[in-house]
Amino acid sequence: MALKGAEIIKRLPKTNCKECGYPTCFAFAMKLATGGAKLEDCPYLPPEVRAELEAAMAPPIKLVTIGTGDNALVIGEEEVMFRHEKSFFHETGIAILISDKESESDIEERIKGIKELHLERIGQKLKINLLALFFESGEKAKFEALVKKAHETTNFALILISEDTDVLFSGASLCADRKPLVYPITKENVSSAIPKLKELGTPAGVKGESIEEIVSLTSNLKDTGVEEIVLDPGSKNIREAVRDQTLIRRAALKKGFRPLGYPTISFPCFMYHDRFKEALAAATLTTKYAGIVVVSQVDKHFLSPLLVHRFNIYSDPRRPMTVEEKVYEISNPNEYSPILITTNYALDFFIVSGAIEEANIPAYLCIKDTGGIGVMAAWTSGKFNGEAIADFFKKYGVGDKVKHRKLIIPGVAKKLKGELEEELPDWEIIFGPLEASDIPRFLSEEWKQ
Amino acid sequence: MVKYEPPLEKYSVNIREAIVGEGEKAIKIGGENTFPFHFFEGSLPNPPGLALEILDIQPENWAQWVLEPFQDVTFDPVRWAEKCVEVFGAEILCLRLLSTDPMGRDTSPREAARITKKLADSIDVPLIVWGTGTEEKDSQVLIEVARVCSGKNLLLGPVLKGNYGQIAKAALEYGHALVAQASMDVNLTKELNIALCKFFPAERIVIDTTASALGYGLEYTFSIIESIKQFALMDRDTMMQMPILADFGGDCWRTKEAKESKEQGIFWEAITGLTFLLAGANLLILRHPDALRLIKEMIS
Repeated sequence: MALKGAEIIKRLPKTNCKECGYPTCFAFAMKLATGGAKLEDCPYLPPEVRAELEAAMAPPIKLVTIGTGDNALVIGEEEVMFRHEKSFFHETGIAILISDKESESDIEERIKGIKELHLERIGQKLKINLLALFFESGEKAKFEALVKKAHETTNFALILISEDTDVLFSGASLCADRKPLVYPITKENVSSAIPKLKELGTPAGVKGESIEEIVSLTSNLKDTGVEEIVLDPGSKNIREAVRDQTLIRRAALKKGFRPLGYPTISFPCFMYHDRFKEALAAATLTTKYAGIVVVSQVDKHFLSPLLVHRFNIYSDPRRPMTVEEKVYEISNPNEYSPILITTNYALDFFIVSGAIEEANIPAYLCIKDTGGIGVMAAWTSGKFNGEAIADFFKKYGVGDKVKHRKLIIPGVAKKLKGELEEELPDWEIIFGPLEASDIPRFLSEEWKQ
Repeated sequence: MVKYEPPLEKYSVNIREAIVGEGEKAIKIGGENTFPFHFFEGSLPNPPGLALEILDIQPENWAQWVLEPFQDVTFDPVRWAEKCVEVFGAEILCLRLLSTDPMGRDTSPREAARITKKLADSIDVPLIVWGTGTEEKDSQVLIEVARVCSGKNLLLGPVLKGNYGQIAKAALEYGHALVAQASMDVNLTKELNIALCKFFPAERIVIDTTASALGYGLEYTFSIIESIKQFALMDRDTMMQMPILADFGGDCWRTKEAKESKEQGIFWEAITGLTFLLAGANLLILRHPDALRLIKEMIS
């Protein structure tokens, strides 16, 4: 739990030496409390006090990094139970399970499939984050070969899964530079695992049969200096998963309970054998707080709904979602195709472009940057008025794209029509329907060439 | 070592319990005193209602995958309804009176009420009756439906700011429940509920925030539903304590993703629906029977 300035000042030297760059210790304490200053800026803080303050001021859910470089997955440091209270910050990592029991060609096929999956939404790439390598064959050499292959032929962050601790760590030592998550660390293997975790510097995936069991494990690990931890409460279905994930996050955020202040991992791939149910479990866990979900399927129809779902849940509700300003060409329009215009509020764009696609009439869709606000608000603030749209027409040469002079504007923008008739005197300004769902009917009736 | 105490939360209020339909097969929705799936700290006496929809006209532009299950019955809403109950196990249905659209076929309120009555009489499960969202016409249509189907305890919607008065009077007189719809705005939802509750019983109101599909605004719907539930339970706001409906099947099947493949379409609708249940929806209107079956199996 965050510490208040008044509590921090008690532990500072109170000499007002100014060496930290602030006029008084009190000012420094206030800055520390809001995250604007760092403890190391005070040269006179005894190490034990500094450690104590650091611990007290740490975020309630620790930030954990799996993997390295551009492909590292960073999870944790979440601040709220409900996304509308602020935002969810670090997207759930999606991991694909690969078993060492599969044949070499199947494994290659799978990896190829994952690599080739490219999805984009509003200019952002949606991607798979991790490969979860599963020791299932009973043969150490096979697991090692799988780890090597994943390590050498891909850049994904890795999770190693093995009930056999010896196999687990021999695999981990093959890819330690990739900082894999080793899983499961349980009450049975924790003592033998600690020295290896410390030696390799890899994060630990802690599994317990209950939350209580996890608490004793993480306390134990932390005492020995292992702090990069990911939790698995062993939930067996979505009802248990919602319970466990909710209690873990609530304990960390609302009670400041440190032994549960870590991100979590969950295994829809082991919960359900039906691929539809597996996907629904993965979506549930993405919604309800999991830091990583491990799934078994690699085809586009299974993964793309999950990737889009994660993108939705983790979008920042404080910021309107926007798309790039430009003239979008939908279904290869030509010089006789209709021209429509709306704002760059992502939802406006999606709904209108979807409706045009549904109408099956190629069209130009002009998207004007309004800072992501909708038609009426943008009109009021001058970002979507006659003048702004006339400038847009000039900037993008809209008139050169077609031989006609008809512009379809949003049906709600009543006063925009008059403004545009003044600004764009060559153009006939036509109201579109009030509801985007009427666009297909509107276009097929109104646009007879 | 620090001792772990499960951080349970109790809320001292209940979401109102609304009843749709009459007789043995009437269903109850709402009634919970905690957040969705929180069986570990509260009680959720009624599972969410999962409705399948039926149109009173032949569907246009439906993806072939979602038309398939109904292909043999779409010419007759009554047969369509019977198939939903008998073959697909629907426990509640939603009849959309699309034929009444004044921009379309503009069927008369009398004709719409006749079809509704015939359909309601042929099934024994509860029925939601849905207008076209056109305030004036819906008012005429739903009032006539209310009168003709007196005593059936239908769930009539959408009731809007501009037409709630007369529809609610008819619902009160003839014994039906209402869906109060305010688009994506918590304050407007509350205002409409306050207005209705001046003369209409709160336990016969269901909230509709309007819903959007995965990838097309799902997160807005999700957070609006979640915040209404939070106001209801944590702030004990009595005007937010009605059960919530989410209606998104049509939006899901209109997406290019759903049109691309049957499987992806089912994923699309089922994930959207389950996500709204996680936010706190108490009643879903679904289009594909496989989406209904999957959600049902997941939550049971």
